[in-house]
Amino acid sequence: MTRQLTDRPRAVVEAKPAAAPRARWSARTRRDFFVFLALALPNLLLIAVFTYLPLFNNIYYSTLDWTLGSASATVVGLDNYVTFFTSSDATKVLGTTALFTLVTVGGSMVLGLLVALALNSRIRGTTFARSAVFAPYVLSGVGVGLVWLFIFDPGYGVLAWLLRGLGQQSPQWINDPQLSLVMVMIVYVWKNLGYCAVVYLAGLQSLPQDVMEAASLDGANGFKRFVTMSLPLLSPTTFFLLITTMLSSLQAFDLIRIMTPLGNGTSTLIYEAYLQAFGAFNRAGYSAAISVILFAILLIITVLQLRFVERKVHYS
Amino acid sequence: MSLLSPVSPDPAADAGPDSGAEPPIPLRRHRPFSRANLAQTIAGGYLPLILSTLVVFLPLLWMVLSSFKQPGEIITMDLKILPEGLNLENYNIAMTTVPFAQFFINSLIVTTVGATIKVLLAILTAYALVFVRFPYKNVIFVLILVALMVPPQVSILPNYILIAGMGGKNTLWGIILPGLGTAFGTFLLRQHFMTLPASILESAEIDGAGHWRRLWQIVAPVSGPSIATVALVVVVSEWNDYIWPLIITDRPETMTLPVGLTLLQNSEGNGSGWGILMAGAVLVIVPILLVFAALQRYIVAGLTQGSVTG
Repeated sequence: MTRQLTDRPRAVVEAKPAAAPRARWSARTRRDFFVFLALALPNLLLIAVFTYLPLFNNIYYSTLDWTLGSASATVVGLDNYVTFFTSSDATKVLGTTALFTLVTVGGSMVLGLLVALALNSRIRGTTFARSAVFAPYVLSGVGVGLVWLFIFDPGYGVLAWLLRGLGQQSPQWINDPQLSLVMVMIVYVWKNLGYCAVVYLAGLQSLPQDVMEAASLDGANGFKRFVTMSLPLLSPTTFFLLITTMLSSLQAFDLIRIMTPLGNGTSTLIYEAYLQAFGAFNRAGYSAAISVILFAILLIITVLQLRFVERKVHYS
Repeated sequence: MSLLSPVSPDPAADAGPDSGAEPPIPLRRHRPFSRANLAQTIAGGYLPLILSTLVVFLPLLWMVLSSFKQPGEIITMDLKILPEGLNLENYNIAMTTVPFAQFFINSLIVTTVGATIKVLLAILTAYALVFVRFPYKNVIFVLILVALMVPPQVSILPNYILIAGMGGKNTLWGIILPGLGTAFGTFLLRQHFMTLPASILESAEIDGAGHWRRLWQIVAPVSGPSIATVALVVVVSEWNDYIWPLIITDRPETMTLPVGLTLLQNSEGNGSGWGILMAGAVLVIVPILLVFAALQRYIVAGLTQGSVTG
């Protein structure tokens, strides 16, 4: 009598006929059924209530004209979406979101790759440096946001002092909407490039050594090897990073909130959704509509990723 | 292969030899290196390494140094790099302006309670998904995978309305509850449990050990590194979590450290308060920095899961 202990997908298929009519369930099957529920149900319920339910609630709230905290709301259909897309908000917020995403994704990937190349040499100290560049990624965004705000401070920051040494005035990083966006993007890249570097490093170290050596015997120099061999072979890693960093850039909140509390030049979709609901206006319905738009964008990226990852980027 | 396919869940396998030390002084290298070669090694190898390490460390060092400086040392046109002394005045002011000790305790409670429950739920769910027979297990797993992709940020308004309606505003359970369901931990541990050889469980089952004993006496003990990875990633994200506690608390008694730091920023946001704010930042950043320094392998492995495809 052999029984499947780990029912991998195949075992599930085998078990199905037995599970069809309830009366024929063996005692063991029945026991397993309840064991499964006892073990998994708490977690599954929590995910259902706090991850899935909000998605539907958001869609519902987005059809309401509703002030957060007020007891009454009126159904307005798609009005919130119409308001968003016809107002100047749409171009401003979508533009800021696109710019922020483009610059931070590009910046952290390019710099991350460069750091990964530096880390990929056979000298001592790379393990330490690898951990060091990764560190900002795990630190509190609120904490590092404050530290950098101090560094950027036009009056007493280090940056202002360095610029004074060069005979320059410090730019108004905090008051100028465009510059405050630049400032937040710089800090965001600083915080996240370590993640890209470590992932790229893992990619570089998994490149087939024999192929790389053959290329070097054929006389390809370092740069040529990198462009014609490493970079194409790294495309799955690049694609993975492109998706994950894009998703996290679209959700960036901590740094924006702490460095530019009023938004102004840094109102991305997520920040605008937050400000509308929890800022001065308490426009819950409008905020929900922006959240739905953001979710739609994230969903499209995720679906594209699932479609493309199967083909396009595979070399091995 | 999907993006979410795991790398090795065993973090020990992911790193090269651990030298763990600063680069040694290059001059100690031995003969075969000519002076020109040496210069090239330094320029090509060490310089970028040192540069990138400095870019990370200098801002953090600046934070620590500034946290000891008095307003007079900060509001000045000529920069003073070192503080005049290890003056803890800023920490004192930070702690008395806002109830920092309370924030610290709140953060500790939220992180320990939240992380413990999350890891437990992840272990139980992953065990059930791999070792217990149940119809529609694959459907459930797909639902967990999809939940992994749903960003928590888009759920804040509905969750706020739900939790506030339950009376969870300004309570610690209100901060903890919505984040308890864990798709990430479940996914990661499931992938690891799938790799366990069936034979190790066979003898236990023949001996009559039930699921509960098999889980805690066999599966959990041999999965130490994976569970540690999940636990550390969860601890780090609970400690740093910001948007949710920010929304669900507006009274200092229940604020966590990051939210409390925002409160401090509001009251010390003028130029003279930078030293105090840096002291606050140290209190938020340093605990995680220490945890990271001690256990970075697990954390890096956990946070970069699924990176190497193909």
